[in-house]
Amino acid sequence: MRERIILIGLLSAVLLLVGCGGPSAESGSSDSCDMDNPPLFEKDGLTVATDKPAYPPWFKGDPKNYSGYEGDVASEIAGRMDLPIKWTVEPFNKSYAPGAKDFDFDINQITITPEREQAVDFSNGYFDNAQGVLVMKDSPAASAKSVSDLKDLTIGAQVGTTGLDFVNETIKPTADPKVYDSTNDAKSALESGQIDAIVTDLVTTVYLRDFEIDGSAVVGQYPRNEQFGMLFEQGNPLVDCVNQALGEMKSDGTLEELEQKHLQQFLDVPTLEK
Amino acid sequence: MAEGGPAAPGPSAGRGSRALGNRGVLVSSASTVLFFAMIAVVVALAPGSGVVAERFFDPSHLWQSLVGSEGLPSVLGAFWLNVQIFMFSEVFILILALVIAVVRGIPGPVFFPFRLVAVAYTDLFRGVPLILVLYMIGFGVPGLDLGFISYLPDVAYGVISLVLVYSAYVAEVYRAGIESVHESQNVAARSLGLTRWQSLRFVVLPQAIRRVIPPLLNDFIGLQKDTALVSVLGSIEAARAAQIYGASEFNYASYVVAALLFVLITIPLARFTDRLIARDKRRREAGALA
Repeated sequence: MRERIILIGLLSAVLLLVGCGGPSAESGSSDSCDMDNPPLFEKDGLTVATDKPAYPPWFKGDPKNYSGYEGDVASEIAGRMDLPIKWTVEPFNKSYAPGAKDFDFDINQITITPEREQAVDFSNGYFDNAQGVLVMKDSPAASAKSVSDLKDLTIGAQVGTTGLDFVNETIKPTADPKVYDSTNDAKSALESGQIDAIVTDLVTTVYLRDFEIDGSAVVGQYPRNEQFGMLFEQGNPLVDCVNQALGEMKSDGTLEELEQKHLQQFLDVPTLEK
Repeated sequence: MAEGGPAAPGPSAGRGSRALGNRGVLVSSASTVLFFAMIAVVVALAPGSGVVAERFFDPSHLWQSLVGSEGLPSVLGAFWLNVQIFMFSEVFILILALVIAVVRGIPGPVFFPFRLVAVAYTDLFRGVPLILVLYMIGFGVPGLDLGFISYLPDVAYGVISLVLVYSAYVAEVYRAGIESVHESQNVAARSLGLTRWQSLRFVVLPQAIRRVIPPLLNDFIGLQKDTALVSVLGSIEAARAAQIYGASEFNYASYVVAALLFVLITIPLARFTDRLIARDKRRREAGALA
């Protein structure tokens, strides 16, 4: 028994020492980027990652050559940098974790947040996002007009998303929200009546309403000053080149055109009152 | 031929410092300190150890994830859900598994379909991974709209899945116990006038179950860990709470906290199992001398 106490004491001491000591990590600073010779993950093209499955209207068509809003934005950027585009897969939950990345950038409806910026780098925003709330038409939740109407519902969201943050920080429901590994699981839960509402980005909720879940309705949107950005490994100088290309797309109207083409039909939703 | 000097004491074998004596305690303490100090030095000198320390073992994050904060669930609070799930499941598992094991052993041709179902059950649910069962039951059954069974809370589907899968394993453990009781026990009971069921209930099963308590407790410990998977159905238990914290703060101390909670709950059970095994061994050896 005595040895056991000594052992536990020692182990705790070791753990605390390891926890308090040691040099802390420095974040790298990015040098500027040369458009004619950008630092790429693989020299022969621009490696762009997104999740699988990748949903419309963000991504459409052949996974080797996506179109859709984000597909076209990424292809346009690659075009302006005179590079072929190579698509690869990265699950959302892994994308904003710190560490080395297997791609040049990830484009996957990822909101720029200060917390994530501690671990990764973002390009400038390419889309202003609002949160959408999707319910089934025949549930009492369908009559919700304001955030306080949502308080008594069982709400589902994907882990690690700003949708879940919106639920926890703004809606503050009386019952704990249900947290799922993916929006897909949350969608199954909504269809089977396990939850009353899903919160995810507005465009996706409208797409689900129009194309995937019969008998559903979007009760409202909630803008949160959020922007989607392309995600890079921390300290990657490529951000500057991509920002340059993105800036050109904004000033010559290309970005606006792409938004009109792919997303216009998905944005017409009333705003939730407080 | 006698060894020179007093015989060195063996390893403590559960009787601890009393067997070792004071000098033994000093030596074992010094050796332990040296051993762990060397490991600590190697770990601290490893490249990236500072980052690892900051990301996994930072004391303020360890505390904050344990007790929770604004908008972030507490890992300790969420752990209560795991405890409830395994307490509840274990009761049903022990009962259902016993039924399956007994049904499997009923002799006679007329009971063949029952034996077949029992065998098929154990094969099926030992073969399918728990996470698939969770998805099929947790998302499938509610979608079928079958009356009240489709309107249970998601934790209930988690418990059902755990019970279905673990009963298959535990049924085999019971069966091993039943078959280890020598047939002469059954024969003797029958010759005294007990029916087959009475013999099973009063003679065979008590011995069988007593023999398999260690593997039963082993499966219980496994069950405690598998409760973490129930989070795929939406409810926030300890591992999911740790994931939410990690995704929000980019610090994985919450996973360390959740892991420690699981380990802490396992240790008393593991020591209790050891003691039961030792007591059972003593009983059987004492019997041999009589």
